[in-house]
Amino acid sequence: MDTLAALLNGFAIAFTPANLLWSLLGVTLGTAIGVLPGIGPALTIALLLPVTFHLDPTAAFIIFGGLYYGAMYGSSTTSILLNTPGETGSIVTAIDGHMMAKKGRAAAALATAAIGSFVAGTIATVGLSFVSPLMVKIALLFGPAEYFSLMILAFVTVSALLGDSTLRGMSSLFIGLAIGLIGIDTQTGQARFTFGLLPLLDGIDVVVVAVGLFALGEAFHVAYRLARAPDELSRVTGSLWMSKSDWSRSWKPWLRGTAIGFPLGSLPAGGTEIPTFLSYLTEKRLSKKPEEFGQGAIEAVAGPEAANNAAVAGVLVPLLSFGLPTSATAAILLAAFQQYGLQPGPMLFSANSTLVWALIASLYLGNFMLLVLNLPLVGLWAKLLLIPRPYLYGGILMFSMLGVFSLNNAVFDLWLLLGIGVVGFLMRQMDYPVAPLVVGLILGPLAEGQFRRAYAIAQGDVSVFFTQPISLALLLVAALCVLGPVILRRMRR
Amino acid sequence: MNELTRRQLMKSGVALSTLATLGTLLPQAALALDELTVIAPAAPGGGWDQTARSIQEVLQTSGIVKAVQVDNVPGAGGTVGLAQFANSKGDASKLLVGGLVMVGAILTNKSPVTLKDVTPLARLTGEYEVVVVPAASELNSMADLVAKLKADPGSVSWGGGSAGGTDHILCGLIAKAGGADVTKVNYIAFSGGGEALAAIVGGHVTAGVSGIGEFEAQIKAGELRALAISSPERLPGLDAPTLMEQGLDVELANWRGIFAAGELADGDRQALLDVIDQMVKSDGWKNILSTRGWMDVYLAGDDFASYLTAEDERITAILKEIGLVS
Repeated sequence: MDTLAALLNGFAIAFTPANLLWSLLGVTLGTAIGVLPGIGPALTIALLLPVTFHLDPTAAFIIFGGLYYGAMYGSSTTSILLNTPGETGSIVTAIDGHMMAKKGRAAAALATAAIGSFVAGTIATVGLSFVSPLMVKIALLFGPAEYFSLMILAFVTVSALLGDSTLRGMSSLFIGLAIGLIGIDTQTGQARFTFGLLPLLDGIDVVVVAVGLFALGEAFHVAYRLARAPDELSRVTGSLWMSKSDWSRSWKPWLRGTAIGFPLGSLPAGGTEIPTFLSYLTEKRLSKKPEEFGQGAIEAVAGPEAANNAAVAGVLVPLLSFGLPTSATAAILLAAFQQYGLQPGPMLFSANSTLVWALIASLYLGNFMLLVLNLPLVGLWAKLLLIPRPYLYGGILMFSMLGVFSLNNAVFDLWLLLGIGVVGFLMRQMDYPVAPLVVGLILGPLAEGQFRRAYAIAQGDVSVFFTQPISLALLLVAALCVLGPVILRRMRR
Repeated sequence: MNELTRRQLMKSGVALSTLATLGTLLPQAALALDELTVIAPAAPGGGWDQTARSIQEVLQTSGIVKAVQVDNVPGAGGTVGLAQFANSKGDASKLLVGGLVMVGAILTNKSPVTLKDVTPLARLTGEYEVVVVPAASELNSMADLVAKLKADPGSVSWGGGSAGGTDHILCGLIAKAGGADVTKVNYIAFSGGGEALAAIVGGHVTAGVSGIGEFEAQIKAGELRALAISSPERLPGLDAPTLMEQGLDVELANWRGIFAAGELADGDRQALLDVIDQMVKSDGWKNILSTRGWMDVYLAGDDFASYLTAEDERITAILKEIGLVS
C-alpha cells in the first residue's frame, strides 16, 4: 500500500495548476515533433535542457514525460493520414492505417490509435509503478544469445508483412538487409560497403529509408497517376467515429499490444519497433479475416499503436529503477537527471521518491491530456485529406525533406532520400511491398550484432542459442509461428 | 561556397519553421558581434554533446561570448563532424569538440581528415575508466583477472562501448601490460552504455570497462565490483585501487577538448585561447565540472598540441596490436 500512497501523493503534486500547464506544454510540443520525421524526443529534450534547468526538477520532468508520449501520438497521426511515419515505432501503423484513410476511414483509424495509445499508456504506467523492480530482474536475464533469438522471432513476423507474393516480399526484405550492412561494423569498427563516402560510415538512417519509401514513394505514385487521370477528391464515407464493430475489433488488440509492448520495451535492447512487428503478427494470426491485413484492418492499427506506447513506458522501467538508458531519449533523460544531481538507479525511488512519483503521476496525466486533445481533433485531422492532392503531396514532400535534413544537418541525406523515394515509387509500380524492406533494415543490423556478440562470448560455440533456456524458448515460439499454421492445416484435412 | 550558404539557409529555414515553438522558449541573446558556433560531432545526449552544451551555457551566462550556438553533426566517432569542420579553414567563429575517441576513430575509419587539419586549443575535461565485474563474479582483483587472461585470453569477454573506442583501448593496454596475448582480447562492443551495463550486471560478459560515471551508481549499490581505475592515483568517493598499484603500468583518461579551424590567423587563435581560458577559470565552469563528475585536465595551446602528438602515437600503437589498424 506504500506504493499507492506515494502515487496519490504524486498525483497531488502533478495536479497543481502550474504543473498541469507544463504537462500541456509537453504534450503539445511532443505531438508537434512526433509529426515531423527526423526530429525526435531526444533532440527536443536536449534543446530544452538549458531552458528547463531553470525550472524545478518536477516541472521539467513533467514536460519531458508529456513530450515523450506526445511524440508517439503525433507520429501515428502522420502515419495514418500521410503515410509518413514520424518515428520508427509507427512504421507498421502506416501499412493498414493509411489504407484505412484511403478508404475514407481515417477518423476511425485515428480514434483507435489514440484510444489504444491511451489504454496502453495507462496500463503500462501502472506497470511502471508496481512491477519495475521485477521487470528489471527479468530484463537482466537477457544477454546477446537471448536477444538474437528474440530477433529471430521478430523476423518470423516479417512473413505477416510480406503481402500477397512471398517472392516479392522476400526480395524486399533482402534489399533491406543489404542496406543494413552499410556502415561501420559494430564488432570490429571496420567500414563496410561505404565506397569511401564519409556520410555512409554510420549507415543509412531508418528514418530516411522509411520516409523515402513511404512518403516520397507515395507522392511520386500519386503524381504519376494524376498526370494521367483527373483528381478525384478523397471521400470521407461512413461514420466519422468508430462503429460498434470497430470497438469490438479494437479492444483486444489494445490489450494484447500492451502486453507485448511493455515487457519488450523494458528490455535494454528492446526498442519500440520490435513490439509493433510482433503485435502485427499476433493480430494477423488471431484474426478471422487475415486477408484484410494490408488492406486496412483496424486490428493492425489498434495493436501496434498500443504496443509502441506501452514500449515507451517500458523504456522508463530500466531507466528509473536501474539507471539504465536503453534508447537515445532515455540517455538524454538520464543526462537531465544528472543535471539536477539525481542519479537514477536502485536508490532513486527511496532517495527522491516525491519526484519519481510525481513523474509517474504526470505520465498518467499526460496520457489523459493527449486523449482529450486528440479525440476532438480526429475529425479535423481527417479533413486534411480533403486538400487537393497536388497541395497535400507538395506539403508532404516539403515536410519530409525538412525532417530528414534536421536528422544530421546533411544535404547528403536529402539526395539519399530522393534516391530511396524513386526506389519506393518503382517498387509500388511493380507491386513490391515496402514494409519488409524497412523491417529488414531495422532488424538485420540488430540481429547480426547480437549474434556476433553471443558467438564471441561463447568462443565460437553455436550451441549457446539452444542451451540457454530463454533463448531456446524464444526459438521454439518462432518455430511454432512458422510451423503451427502448416501443421494445423494438415490436421484439418 | 555556394553549397555552404545554401546549407546555412536551409538550416535557418529548419530552425525557423520546425522549432519556432522551441525558439521562443530559448533565452534570446541580444544582437552581438561576437557569435560562436560550437560543433558537437555526436548526437544529443552523449559526452561531446554535453561538453558543447556546457561550453555554451558557461560562455553565455558569464557573458564571455554573447551568443553561442550548438550544432550536432553526428557520425562515425566524430569523424563526420571533423571532416565538415575542416572545410571552414581560417574561420574563427566556429569551434569543434573532440577527444580521445576521435583520435581512435580517425585511425580505424581511415579518415582522410585528421586532427592535423584543425587547430588544437585546449584539453578541457577527462574521465577515468573503471574495470568492473558482476557482484557474483569469482574474480576479486586485477591479479585474478590477469591470471585468467594469461591462461586463456579468449575466456575473458570484455563488455564496453564501440570497437576501437576508449574502453577497447584500455582492454588492449591491460592485456599488454599483463603479458597476455593482445591479439586474442575478446572484446564485445555494445552500442550505448545502457546495453553494455545490462550485459555486465546480468553476468553475460566476464568484465566490463567504461567511464567511471556510467558505472558509479551500480558500484555504490553493490551490483558491480570495481577491480581497478585507470587514474594515476586513487579517486575520492570511490573505493577502488588503481591499475598502477596492482602492477599494471597503464594510465588512461577519456579526455575531451576543444579545437578551432585550421589555418587560423595568430591573432584569432590567441583570442580564442583567451576565451577558453576565461571560461575554464569561471565559477560556472567549475560548477559544471563538479555536477557532471568531470575531472579538470585543462591543458592549452602548444602544450596540448604536443600532448596530442604523443597520444596519437600511443593509440596508433595499441590499435595496431589489437589488430584494428593495419
